[in-house]
Amino acid sequence: MTINGWMQIAFFCVLLVLLTKPVGGYMTRVFEGERTLLTPVLRPLERGFYRLGGVDETREQHWIAYAVAMLTFSFAGFVVLYALQRLQTVLPFNPQQVPPVSPDLAFNTSVSFITNTNWQSYVPETTMSYLVEMAGLTVHNFLSAATGIALAIALIRGFSRRSSHSIGNFWVDMTRCTLYILLPVSIVVGLVFVWQGVPQNLAAYTDVTTLEGARQVIAQGPVASQEAIKMFGTNGGGFFNANSAHPFENPNALTNLIQMLLIFSLGAGLTNVFGRMVGNQRQGWAIFAAMFALFLIGTVVTYAAEAQPNPAFASLHFDPAGGNMEGKEVRFGIANSALFTTVTTDASCGAVNTMHDSLMPLGGMVPMVNIMLGEIVFGGVGSGLYGMLLFVIVAMFVAGLMVGRTPEYLGKKLEAKEVKMAMLGILILPLSILGFTALAVVLPVGTGALNNAGPHGFSEALYAYVSATGNNGSAFAGLSANAPFWNDTLGMAMFVGRFLTIVPMLAIAGSLARKKIVPASAGTFPTDGALFVGLVIGVILITGGLTFLPSLALGPIVEHLAMQAGTLFNTGS
Amino acid sequence: MIQQIRPAIVTIVLMTVLTGLVYPLGMTGIAQVLFPSQANGSLIRQGTTVVGSALIGQNFTAAKYFHGRPSATSDTDPKDPTKTVDAPYNAANSGGSNLGPTSQALVDRVKADAAALAAENPGRSIPVDLVTTSASGIDPDISPAAALFQVPRVAKARGLAEDRVRQLVEAHIIGRLAGLIGEPHVNVLQLNLDLDALRTGS
Repeated sequence: MTINGWMQIAFFCVLLVLLTKPVGGYMTRVFEGERTLLTPVLRPLERGFYRLGGVDETREQHWIAYAVAMLTFSFAGFVVLYALQRLQTVLPFNPQQVPPVSPDLAFNTSVSFITNTNWQSYVPETTMSYLVEMAGLTVHNFLSAATGIALAIALIRGFSRRSSHSIGNFWVDMTRCTLYILLPVSIVVGLVFVWQGVPQNLAAYTDVTTLEGARQVIAQGPVASQEAIKMFGTNGGGFFNANSAHPFENPNALTNLIQMLLIFSLGAGLTNVFGRMVGNQRQGWAIFAAMFALFLIGTVVTYAAEAQPNPAFASLHFDPAGGNMEGKEVRFGIANSALFTTVTTDASCGAVNTMHDSLMPLGGMVPMVNIMLGEIVFGGVGSGLYGMLLFVIVAMFVAGLMVGRTPEYLGKKLEAKEVKMAMLGILILPLSILGFTALAVVLPVGTGALNNAGPHGFSEALYAYVSATGNNGSAFAGLSANAPFWNDTLGMAMFVGRFLTIVPMLAIAGSLARKKIVPASAGTFPTDGALFVGLVIGVILITGGLTFLPSLALGPIVEHLAMQAGTLFNTGS
Repeated sequence: MIQQIRPAIVTIVLMTVLTGLVYPLGMTGIAQVLFPSQANGSLIRQGTTVVGSALIGQNFTAAKYFHGRPSATSDTDPKDPTKTVDAPYNAANSGGSNLGPTSQALVDRVKADAAALAAENPGRSIPVDLVTTSASGIDPDISPAAALFQVPRVAKARGLAEDRVRQLVEAHIIGRLAGLIGEPHVNVLQLNLDLDALRTGS
């Protein structure tokens, strides 16, 4: 660890804090339907969308209608994306003439992109045509992100409204989010990326004769347009296999910094939106503080783990300041790799600038834990905030039990229905993660796909279901996941992790919106102070710890002990 | 349920046109006008031949060139399409080794590479980036220490004074952005191109 490394991390934190309020202010205006700078340009387009779709933008929806609209839209997206992949040979923009995608892979990829997971069982360079990348994958980078944000806004309305039967209109929220937030920023950032070296073309791959006279084929494509929304929408699906480690996706330290800020910006901004919409920005900053504390813990642990040299190389007398450079890029070094790893898994992004499979055991445990806790640290766009609010409900329930009062949050009484739904939304994750992992590690079809032996192999399988269920999309990428067993089970895990969390969450939103707001009294637990923040963090860590510690003990923890003892594991024998 | 079907279909079609065609194709058009070199992959030409991309590493093996980092990329086996063969710096199939820290295969590989480097430049501490594979497999850079480590070999192979080569390396060190962001590095292809120019130019 170096002073410069810590300074880079501190600089990132300062920028993040500075971004939160302006982003939150702008987002609030968009979702309250107020006029923004872009209204003159985008308003006619927006109205055209509603007219053709038969959407009455003044009519709001009950939570069930909101959920049905979201599910119908996701299903329509799934069908189109599946078809594009299967038919890519007969469609244009396929200069490399890549063949049709297999049914199980197309299923997996479609679920992956409509759920904002962007798990990639495939090597993009050799699997997807430019048309699929643009009209399929890029589109869902926008729409799955817009869907997540719309859902978070709906939940916020549940808290902020009183005696209301509706929580907003899904079509309006989703359309406004795409047009006013995601698209303009993607255009600007995409062009900055091109300026910094990210390609944006439709050409076939370039044939190069290297200085030594060998042949090198360099993959090309419309990268920058996808890269911008990949980060901003916390999607994380790479245009190339190496994702944000590829020099064409992330050419230098500046683009790397922008990418990390993009991942967190909307999630952080949403905490401020929350504060503004419930009428007290301090409530938003309290949520921000809980998230930020968890982010700092993760960053410190990862950086400390990765800055150590691998003890297995002790006899080789490397400069110990080099740290663990296996699976990392020189231009990013240890600090930026550790920071990116933490950021991308705190949020449900899943882009990587480092190969997580080659992280040190404890360095690799941090991303796993981040996702297991539900990616509530700024989180996926939208999903981070609503995931966090589920934990807040449980925390307030615990606080209520301690003093023997009906719990309240922001003047809303939290009753049996809300607490049950919050628990359902939280418990569905371990069911999928632990259930599928258990299946994969007892079946030969599961263990046969592992790249590493011993506890690290177990971590590969565990990470896959953690990532899929958490809709993250990063991987311990040694896993050969492009096989029907993995594609199908991971597809199911992504589906469960997304939709079975959303529906209980929307039920809470609907139920809360109907309630009156009780004025705060002397007995009300203040939810904008340090005690509240500490309580929420405690509930998150205890819930996550009780649920996942045994599985972590079998993977990264035992691997860490084995590494310290000098034990190595032989693959493939 | 039924009344949501029309907006679902219409919205997905319109959004596909807007964010899937108008946006990326419009961006392509703008990028090709504003930043034609970067938009096409920062290609480097010598005469009419494309000799590489400034951003993509190459598999240097000759003694007279600076070498990049080990690369774990692979390619389809031309003899058997179900298998893969090692193909370092394959820029059409990027990726890392994905070996974990307790992997015997990782330790064996690093030890073999370290032994070869120690033989080439005895008594010097080996920079760790020269024996570890990058995340992308096409990392264009090495650390300044890794470049300086190779100076004696390159100078000897080219019959140049070590000081001359060392000066060239030092001129190629790209520092942190604003002295703060990123890590100092040396772009191997650029360095080797200038090394070739040095010989022909002098």
